Amino acid sequence: MPEETKDPNAVLPESSAPKAPAADASAPGKAPAETAASTPQTSESKPAAPVAKPATTVKPADATKAPPETATQADATPAAKPATAAAKPAAPAAKPPAKPEGPKPEPWDSPLVAKLKAQYGSGIKEASTYVGQKYLVVDSSIVYEILLRMRDDELYDYLVDVTAVHYPKRELQFDIVYILYSFKHNQRIRVKTQIKDGAKLRSAVAIWPTANWLEREVFDMFGITFEQHPELKRILLPDGWKGHPLRKEYPILCQDQEWVKENLGIESGQ
Amino acid sequence: MSDFENDFRHAKPGQSGPGVVDYLDLDTKDQTYLDANELVLNMGPQHPSTHGVLRVILKLDGEKVLGTECIIGYLHRGVEKIAENRTYAMFNPYVDRMDYVAAVSNGLGYCEAVEKLLNTEAPPRAQYIRVILTELCRIASHQVWLGTHALDIGALTPLFYCFRDREEILKIFEKYCGARLTTHAFRIGGCIYETYDGFEQDCLKFCDAFLPKLDEYEELLTTNRIWVRRTKGVGILKPEDCIALGVTGPVLRASGMKWDLRKAQPYECYSKFDFEIPTGLNGDTYDRYLVRIEEMRQAVRIIRQAVDGLPTGPIMAKIPKVLKPPVGEVYVSIEAPKGELGYFIVSDGSLQPYRLRVRPPSYVNLQALDKMVRGLLVADVVAVIGTLDIVLGEVDR
Repeated sequence: MPEETKDPNAVLPESSAPKAPAADASAPGKAPAETAASTPQTSESKPAAPVAKPATTVKPADATKAPPETATQADATPAAKPATAAAKPAAPAAKPPAKPEGPKPEPWDSPLVAKLKAQYGSGIKEASTYVGQKYLVVDSSIVYEILLRMRDDELYDYLVDVTAVHYPKRELQFDIVYILYSFKHNQRIRVKTQIKDGAKLRSAVAIWPTANWLEREVFDMFGITFEQHPELKRILLPDGWKGHPLRKEYPILCQDQEWVKENLGIESGQ
Repeated sequence: MSDFENDFRHAKPGQSGPGVVDYLDLDTKDQTYLDANELVLNMGPQHPSTHGVLRVILKLDGEKVLGTECIIGYLHRGVEKIAENRTYAMFNPYVDRMDYVAAVSNGLGYCEAVEKLLNTEAPPRAQYIRVILTELCRIASHQVWLGTHALDIGALTPLFYCFRDREEILKIFEKYCGARLTTHAFRIGGCIYETYDGFEQDCLKFCDAFLPKLDEYEELLTTNRIWVRRTKGVGILKPEDCIALGVTGPVLRASGMKWDLRKAQPYECYSKFDFEIPTGLNGDTYDRYLVRIEEMRQAVRIIRQAVDGLPTGPIMAKIPKVLKPPVGEVYVSIEAPKGELGYFIVSDGSLQPYRLRVRPPSYVNLQALDKMVRGLLVADVVAVIGTLDIVLGEVDR
């Protein structure tokens, strides 16, 4: 019991602490803060670390396939290799340029997007690819139509997953994500939509029966209501539970104490 | 009432439809059980054949199943919530606890997903080591499935055979990373451990010894009259039902769909290996059994090729010491022993995932249970739960 309460407290400061040292590159200050969990990474940034036996060879494979920011890192490290002490400042020095160069979503043009845009106009808010993965952001009023169309006309016949992401600071608080796959085209597409807290969305169960449990889980974890769902009730948590755990305002140690008292007959589950 | 509701949830006795198996026709009312229609029976959660803590509420007419409802969540630990409060590296061991009989596969999927987010890739040697261990893990997972599935149906011997041979795989895992079950074998960016001396020989020795043992399992079951009667024609899933229900893995392949993520969207170095995707014809329990047996043979093929071609070189990619993936979201999935295991990760550029969603194959596959058992007998429910190969740790997360 006591260790459980200690745990998240220990985690949060620890994980937020390295943020500052990481920026000003004081490696010794960071080392004790990050414990066993970070040891794997320790060995990578110093390639000649004692753990990896064959790591002494120069790594041509990495340098060739890596994007520009890792290439600069690769240039820096062989120079610093002979002296392991020198390698330490080299690694953080190479890191700052790597950060801003993260891949950006690129606009995605295809006949499919053009067709959808011609039909729905501003209903299609965004069509992009990110690291080669395609996604559409559509208005919540037409998402059912789009999904139906994706299944019937575009042959995205397999609904891989339905999930949600909570952004409490936005006006449209929730991202609902439908991950689709087409057996014919061997391609994945994510269809996303954004809704307000309390807004309802039409259930996709009539399109894919598999959406049944997936939407129930979204309802359970986020409290998003799907209309025309055959039996929208909690699935992983017990029926009488209050609160939706994957919302950002729900703390990690929170429990429905009333439910615990009533059903388990104990004062607290923690 | 929509067509869907007719099909999937509210089929009543006397109705025929896609959910009703032909050879046990519900149209003709069975007089044997007099007026004892609609008995509601609770099965589980503490029931040995539900493979954990699955509770199934059965609606029965005599011994015929009219409908089921699964109650899950007894093992819910809030893995996705935990992920939001841990760094990327710290969360890595947690994924082993979802599908604990195939922990290596879970770790592979997670590492793949974070690597995609970091826009990096494991070095070739690490990829080969990963493939070898993942395929060993596939065999181990299928052995647990075969042993328990056969036990549920009444064949006791395969359990002992399977667990005896699985031990060899666990020994390899133990020698490689010190753990047998929740291995935490891989790290983001590659592997942390170099192979031990004699790793290759151990793997090849296992492969050589395992194939005859696989024949032994088959000798016990494949032509066994009781086994065939208990599995043939039981729990039929047509390919279109599989797609509609999102069922993946061996269950999908047994229905005749030749789809395997290792071939369809190769990850790691699977494109370099030569292997077949076994498929079934009828989509019944017997076909799923054959498909999984054949998958073990193909896994042995992959392991042999990977051991032969194991390159030298580094085992860890150059990734930063503190993992801070750029802002973005990715969905990466792998072919786990039970089906498509996916990770959807949203990064806000901080140390922890903003949101991490696991697409568990067991959870989605379990949804097909209702469709598969309608019209069958209670004893077949046990067979069908077994053939779906669910792990409740992954269903509930």
